[in-house]
Amino acid sequence: MSKSKVRKGQARSSVAVLPKEEGEAAEGPRTPASAPGRGWRRRAPPRLRMFLNAQREEKQKNHCSKGHGVSKVKERDQKLCIRFKCAVMNTLLDVLRCRPGWVEVKDEGEWDFYWCDVSWLRENFDHTYMDEHVRISHFRNHYELTRKNYMVKNLKRFRKQLEREMGKLEAAKCDFFPKTFELPSDYHLFVEEFRKTPGITWIMKPVARSQGKGIFLFRKLKDIMDWRKDVGRSDDQKDDIPVENYVAQRYIENPYLIGGRKFDLRVYVLVMSYLPLRAWLYRDGFVRFSNTRFTLSSIDDHYVHLTNVAVQKTSPDYDPEKGCKWMIQRFRQYLTSKHGPEAVETLFQDMDNIFIKSLQSVQKVIISDKHCFELYGYDILIDQNLKPWLLEVNASPSLAASSQEDYQLKTCLLEDTLHIVDMEGRLTGKEKRVGGFDLMWNDGPVSREEGIDLSGTGNFVANTHLGCNNDRKKQLRQLFHSFHNRKKVTG
Amino acid sequence: MLQEEEDLSLTIAHIVQKLKGSRLYSQLERQAWVSLQKPEIKLESLKEDIKEFFRITGWEKKLQNAVYSELTVFPLPRHPAAPPEHLKEPLVYMRKAQGSWEKRILKSLNSMCTELSIPLARKRPVVEQKELLNKWNEMGTDEPDLSLFRPVYAPKDFLEVLINLRNPNYENGDHLNLRTHLGLIQVPLKVKYISELKDYFIELSLNTGQLGIDDATQVPPELFENEHVRLGQKVLAEQDSAAAQQYVRQGSPTALRAELWALILNVSNQPEDLLYYEQLKSNVIQHDLLVDSLIYKDVKLTASNDDYYFVFEDYLYQVLLCFSRDTSVLGHFAYNSASPPKSYIRGKLGMEDYAVFYPPNGVIPFHGFSMYVAPLCFLYHEPSKLYQIFREMYVRFFFRLHSISSHHSGIVSLCFLFETLLQTHLPQLFYHLREIGAQPLRISFKWMVRAFSGYLATDQLLLLWDRILGYNSLEILAVLAAAVFAFRAVNLMEVTSLAAAEAVLADLSTLKVMPLLQIFLFATVT
Repeated sequence: MSKSKVRKGQARSSVAVLPKEEGEAAEGPRTPASAPGRGWRRRAPPRLRMFLNAQREEKQKNHCSKGHGVSKVKERDQKLCIRFKCAVMNTLLDVLRCRPGWVEVKDEGEWDFYWCDVSWLRENFDHTYMDEHVRISHFRNHYELTRKNYMVKNLKRFRKQLEREMGKLEAAKCDFFPKTFELPSDYHLFVEEFRKTPGITWIMKPVARSQGKGIFLFRKLKDIMDWRKDVGRSDDQKDDIPVENYVAQRYIENPYLIGGRKFDLRVYVLVMSYLPLRAWLYRDGFVRFSNTRFTLSSIDDHYVHLTNVAVQKTSPDYDPEKGCKWMIQRFRQYLTSKHGPEAVETLFQDMDNIFIKSLQSVQKVIISDKHCFELYGYDILIDQNLKPWLLEVNASPSLAASSQEDYQLKTCLLEDTLHIVDMEGRLTGKEKRVGGFDLMWNDGPVSREEGIDLSGTGNFVANTHLGCNNDRKKQLRQLFHSFHNRKKVTG
Repeated sequence: MLQEEEDLSLTIAHIVQKLKGSRLYSQLERQAWVSLQKPEIKLESLKEDIKEFFRITGWEKKLQNAVYSELTVFPLPRHPAAPPEHLKEPLVYMRKAQGSWEKRILKSLNSMCTELSIPLARKRPVVEQKELLNKWNEMGTDEPDLSLFRPVYAPKDFLEVLINLRNPNYENGDHLNLRTHLGLIQVPLKVKYISELKDYFIELSLNTGQLGIDDATQVPPELFENEHVRLGQKVLAEQDSAAAQQYVRQGSPTALRAELWALILNVSNQPEDLLYYEQLKSNVIQHDLLVDSLIYKDVKLTASNDDYYFVFEDYLYQVLLCFSRDTSVLGHFAYNSASPPKSYIRGKLGMEDYAVFYPPNGVIPFHGFSMYVAPLCFLYHEPSKLYQIFREMYVRFFFRLHSISSHHSGIVSLCFLFETLLQTHLPQLFYHLREIGAQPLRISFKWMVRAFSGYLATDQLLLLWDRILGYNSLEILAVLAAAVFAFRAVNLMEVTSLAAAEAVLADLSTLKVMPLLQIFLFATVT
């Protein structure tokens, strides 16, 4: 809950809260958030802007503000104060605590920023009033994208729509998802497809579970006949266990192998709004290897086929010191030396296509609340023809670090996410790059070139740099340097 | 003049003799016979016409590459009357030191053998052979019990031997003077001064484009990168070894590197090469060597634990196990100061007729040996090609890093060069480190012995190895080691112990190799 009420007795409130009316009067004309091509960022709330002016006078030291005692706040009276709440106890908490001007609130305290978990969201979002400036880290119905069965439905629908409006060629760009059927509802359709292509392997995934739990592979219908019988039986019971929804998906039998091992890619996409669609792509990511060598003969071996770190951690081969991840930059170099730069460029363009089409497919369905943003973790599999496939989208990608390098990556990722959320009101809204994030879609494709919109011509190069050099520190310095200059000028 | 002519004819005779036994010779012969069918070849001008034919069809280029390869790899005999040992190593005291070091290694190997009562070699039973064949592509999944095996030696043992090298003809005197060498190596070898290095590495200078510097994101590719890539493609089209070697001095584009290196090393994947590799593979399957366990242990200890090379574990076994069976490697002992260890059939000790080289290729692996292969896995994915490239790299460069010799690319010279550079250009740092008991060589030795593999990020390492191939010399390793110390000099001046100095230099994975080299060579005030 974050009502901006004036509370007596808190030193904070005398500075932190202005009556709403005054705040509103002080604001100038708003830029409509839906205007395409304008700044994508919402205006900073007035009381934050007051702080920023005051802050200019003082030297802001970049230290961890772990103490949120009242006395500490007293001395920084005139300073920025963003109250945050965080549901996870790992890298994110470190990043938030070290952010200048951000103060942690516990339990029932009011907050301006909440990195919540999805269960809280489900229970509380609908009856929580949020001020205009408040931000929360999930969209209300994100599951339209992240639950496998909904995603399939939305993607199928979107594909049909594209085919109607723009023809088969455009619709074919949505063919990055292996044939999937929802069970038990589409069971008969699934059996029909199954019989059409005998002998191939299918993978069964529970819709709502993560970290590789409950997944199994099969080739014969009889393997799932038993499963279906169990499902049928429980329907009859009065006090039944809720039937878990599964999806049956065509298993990609020719994955690209490195060193004989299967791997998948984890890529991070930040969506700031759906209407209009504004999405950022992070340059870094990683490749997760399966610990054992790939072979189709051992479909019972979970460890071979599932590349989630969580599953790999329980594999008998697993050596935590070893780490089974590569940074995406290394992967990109490896592919370039093997296939040449053009083939790799095409692959990465195809991946951009996956991100954008998947987001477009749920654009109209997801409730685009201005308070919400979301950091998605995309899992991509590459086959031997260098075609990328979408495995799934995660709304709560793991932020726990498995190694020093991993910790670095996630810290920078989260810092840059917070820069873009921009509670401090430092960005103009015209930026195409913030730290390691590149603006991938701003209600339309974003070009690397400045100025002219070349999306119609053949010279369009997308503003994405996945797997490329990430000199974020330098870029951030330049970015915030110009902010300071602007402040000095406008006074 | 006469002397030069004599040298030249000696060289020519030498190369002709070497090439006559090679496959290329028979191929050229065959091609010449085939060409007789062609109408352009006339009997009157047979010689010229055939030469012209060779030139047009690219065979002349292949011959050129082969000759160039011979010239590069084999050192020329200094004097027609020089005995063959001089080709290996001209200085007697070095030869003696290498000999006694080899005796120590062999003793260690034999004692491990008797301790564990494992034969040096045994034939595998058929069942085991079948099993190994099935598992050939995933030998990494094997978990044999290797706890009782120890590496035969580690780089630091070798360093102790080098520190104790002395030239019996050289008397340094007890008193310190300006020319006293403060480092660990106490033999007077001729190494290049920095002015000579500047000339030698002229292509790395500040006003020449480099990959690793001028392909950075802020630099527009039109300035250097695009043209360089075009040039690289042209070199590959021409298939010219010498041109490729010159080209990679400025770095090799990622997409062209694999082919360029193969061209420089004159490695082509002919059917005969594939067959040879298969032959080696069947040797591995049939016989088990003690050395195999050492290789397994080394891979598990080093490459498998590396964050990036662990993926290539299986390839490493496939290459190294075959390598130890490859008797063609014995050829390099003609110019290597080391000699292959001999082993005798049981019961026939001392009888030359029953002597075999052990391991068959004469190279006993030490701790970290597998790291020579690991970076190559990034470039080559077919085992037989990967194997050939590694073998060529070994017999041209890597062998010098673990044998005692006076060669300018030998490890002794590299150590001496490193220490001299540091003492001359960073005397304060050198003195400080020496005072706190942290002799710089103790830290940098392991980098140089492994040619920085496993210490640098892979892309940087490959840029470094580009230059090793380009200059056909390992001296750049010593220069880089000195450049790293120069880069971290400020932090190093503040440490007070060897452990702290090690800590400052523990992580090199963020370093960019080319700027460091450029600054050290060309932008430091001397």
